[in-house]
Amino acid sequence: MDISFVLIILLFGAAASYFVGDKWASKAALIFSTAAFAATAYLTYKYTGGASVSYIKTWVENPMIILGFQADSLSLTMLLLTTALTPIIILATFRNSINNSRTFYALILFMAFAMAGTFVSVDGFVYYIFWELSLIPIYFISLLWGNGDWESRKKAVVKFFIYTFAGSLFMLVAFIYLYQKGGNFLNTTLYRAILTDKEQFFIFLAFFLAYAIKIPIIPFHTWQANVYQKSPTAGTMLLSGIMLKMAIYSIIRWQLPIAPKPATEYMYVFVGLGIAGVIYGSILALKQTDIKKLLAYSSLAHVGLIAAGAYTLTLDGIRGAFLQMLAHGFVVVGLFYAAEIISRRYATGEISEMGGIRVQTPKFASMFMILVLASVAMPLTFNFIGEFELLYSMAQTHIWFAVIAGTTIILGAFYMLKMFQQVMLGEQNAKPFADVTFGEAFVFIAIIAVLIFFGIYPKPITEFITPELERLVRIINRFN
Amino acid sequence: MYTLIAIAGLGIICLIAEIFNLRKAIVPITILGLLGSLALTVPDFGHYYRYFNSMVITNNFSAAFSCLFIILTIFLIALTPDFHKEHKAKLSDFVAIKLFLLTGAIAMVCFGNLAMFFLGIEILSIALYVLAASQPKNLKSNEAGMKYFLMGAFASGFILFGIALIYGATGSFDTSVIYGKILENQPMPAWYFIGIVMMSIGLLFKIAAVPFHFWAPDVYEGSPALTTATMSTLTKVAAIAAFFKLMTSLNLTVPGTYITIISIVSILSMTVGNITALVQTNVKRMLAFSGISHAGFMLMVFFNPIETPGTLLYYTAAYAFAGIAAFAVILSVCGDKGNEEVYNFNGLGKRNPLMAAVLTCSLLSMAGIPIFSGFFAKFFLFNQVLSTGHVAIVIIAILNSIVSVGYYFKLILAMYTKEATSEVQPTPVMYTIVAVLSIALNIAMGLQPDFVLGLLKI
Repeated sequence: MDISFVLIILLFGAAASYFVGDKWASKAALIFSTAAFAATAYLTYKYTGGASVSYIKTWVENPMIILGFQADSLSLTMLLLTTALTPIIILATFRNSINNSRTFYALILFMAFAMAGTFVSVDGFVYYIFWELSLIPIYFISLLWGNGDWESRKKAVVKFFIYTFAGSLFMLVAFIYLYQKGGNFLNTTLYRAILTDKEQFFIFLAFFLAYAIKIPIIPFHTWQANVYQKSPTAGTMLLSGIMLKMAIYSIIRWQLPIAPKPATEYMYVFVGLGIAGVIYGSILALKQTDIKKLLAYSSLAHVGLIAAGAYTLTLDGIRGAFLQMLAHGFVVVGLFYAAEIISRRYATGEISEMGGIRVQTPKFASMFMILVLASVAMPLTFNFIGEFELLYSMAQTHIWFAVIAGTTIILGAFYMLKMFQQVMLGEQNAKPFADVTFGEAFVFIAIIAVLIFFGIYPKPITEFITPELERLVRIINRFN
Repeated sequence: MYTLIAIAGLGIICLIAEIFNLRKAIVPITILGLLGSLALTVPDFGHYYRYFNSMVITNNFSAAFSCLFIILTIFLIALTPDFHKEHKAKLSDFVAIKLFLLTGAIAMVCFGNLAMFFLGIEILSIALYVLAASQPKNLKSNEAGMKYFLMGAFASGFILFGIALIYGATGSFDTSVIYGKILENQPMPAWYFIGIVMMSIGLLFKIAAVPFHFWAPDVYEGSPALTTATMSTLTKVAAIAAFFKLMTSLNLTVPGTYITIISIVSILSMTVGNITALVQTNVKRMLAFSGISHAGFMLMVFFNPIETPGTLLYYTAAYAFAGIAAFAVILSVCGDKGNEEVYNFNGLGKRNPLMAAVLTCSLLSMAGIPIFSGFFAKFFLFNQVLSTGHVAIVIIAILNSIVSVGYYFKLILAMYTKEATSEVQPTPVMYTIVAVLSIALNIAMGLQPDFVLGLLKI
């Protein structure tokens, strides 16, 4: 059994969910995504035991394209994140009545398949195919099952598609250009490609365009809040929980090792852009009246910090980015789920129309509270570890970076707690609010368990990923 | 060679079948016959034969493109009976004309002599003039036929004049003799190059590249939809393949300025085609302009002619299969509506999910989204062009790909987000089969690109 098996399970699951019909689609999707998670966990176990679980095969002779899925600790971690979040996301949709649900679940699993492929591909071209492939399902998920009126949703989603597609095409040019130098698309070959400073600069820029749009880093973020708000919650979770991690992972895996010189030279610019995103996202989050939009901007702030950390090119920054990616993935899925529960029961996303929920639902309130605290990086949560490393790496680069980026914790605490207060506390709401059901509680508890466990004991993950990251950081800093 | 004769014979059999009142059997027999000629073509791979004093030369290039043309014609003929169900009496004519058109197309890729080449292009053109005007009671169809005929005749004149000038410079119509003369007599007289340019103009007209494209939108819109499908797939592919073969057999000594001409035409075609397509509301017109922009992409093969025949085959096949699939859906949706406006597609995602999915796939392929072969086609093309160092034109092509997403998605959005404006109507089985088969071929090419590329390995 190798890593391609996970991809096959997901792809087969997508087909199966479509063909079992509307009634059983959700169950089939849950079963297959859980199976994929189990397979990944087993492969990780095998990998830590020293076995190789990679899959390499030549696909096209000329130009040389290799269908290669490599399992190292980084790609396995991301694969674990993807396959762990997918069942959670599917479980989170169970209470909703979804029309044409077989297509919906098939698209979710197909999306998981594409994202998993992005994380494990070693061949730049295959990687690019998966990268683009993930765009099609999310386009349809957001478009067809989203909220709000047709016209504005359509505009937002099409804008998102064209934006990201445009950015990715420049990445494709960069890959083809690199291919001319190296003779194949394998990442190890591309790392070794000999490039002039000017070539490195343009290649870096081409990659940056693709990743900055997907993450998003300001000023490429304008698609984000609208799409997050208008997508169905499952779509928002996929976008914010996994899809944007594709871009951050790619920065670490592709962009920095291939073109490190401009990254070193213009480090202040890119770190600055990330931090600007932190401030900008936080301030906008303060002003939001819609709960999903508020979470979207808070996500913008968090990923800005992650990107800034990755662009410091230090081991701490990159490891912090990696850890925070995992933590943010879980927490943001949990938060959007909470938002979804509230707005489903009140049939509105306006914060001003909520309030006084805690009195009716102590269980839901406390679980939501934990997620809010995790999101603002309380100690003992996984997010604290990541955020701490990120800020530490920034302090190594320039102390003012750390100071400015540190405001994210203050601002974050401010807008998240304000939101919590307005939504949950206060006089009992006139509208009744049922407490969480068993299924809902299960999702929350699973997420919270992960966050707390790794918050207290992050060693398994850090030990797992550090050697590989050290190797990458050496490659990135090979010119200094 | 045997393919040519077999297909011409098949056309005549078609006409005779009508006399003996075997109308029902025409389409099945033709398709079987075409499959047979496909089998006749396959042994040509890997050999180099000359026939009739090198009038006809078959090699890998001609065999591969002949196969592609035959497959496309099978699809087009399979669509014919349902499309012309109101003119049953004329069915044999429509099928026979398409077969003669195919003969012309095949002659255009296996010529060894400029006379043969001209014969091929004329057979193809005349068949198309007739098809374009094949709805005599429809004013627009008449207009299209007339327009296409006048403009086409003009282009043929250019080609003839070009051939004459080349003959004047070299004293032969035989491509290999001409090539030998070029190697002997350097420098060539100026009229040789003028001849080359005039032939290029004639062929660029057939491909509908900017600035020789003005006929395309009107003719595409006015002609019966099935003829439009033929023009935008089979004809375009045949013309570009012939152009490629002609230029690579004559043109190796033409100075670098010729590349400048090609790159200007290519850039203009991509850009003008795409930007004009953005504002179209008629699907056939939109596909006409999209076809113009694809012609621009295909012209990029001239930057690296030694290595690109495989890429050209791949690109044209990907484009043509996506085009056939798209047109099969358009025929089924707009069959008896009398127009092809975008609103006809509203709500197709609910009314007929299968056809909507096929059209979505084919549009995604044309836009160049991965796993569909349109993406690989663009990728192989960019790869080849970049390896010759033409970065600027690749960037322009990329920008154009982004623009093209805009109008392809207009149609996709109409299918999935708008409410249906008309009631459900049954889709003829043949349309569904052709649409699904053609898009399946497109996707299969995306999954196994090596097979198609390998057909023309040097």
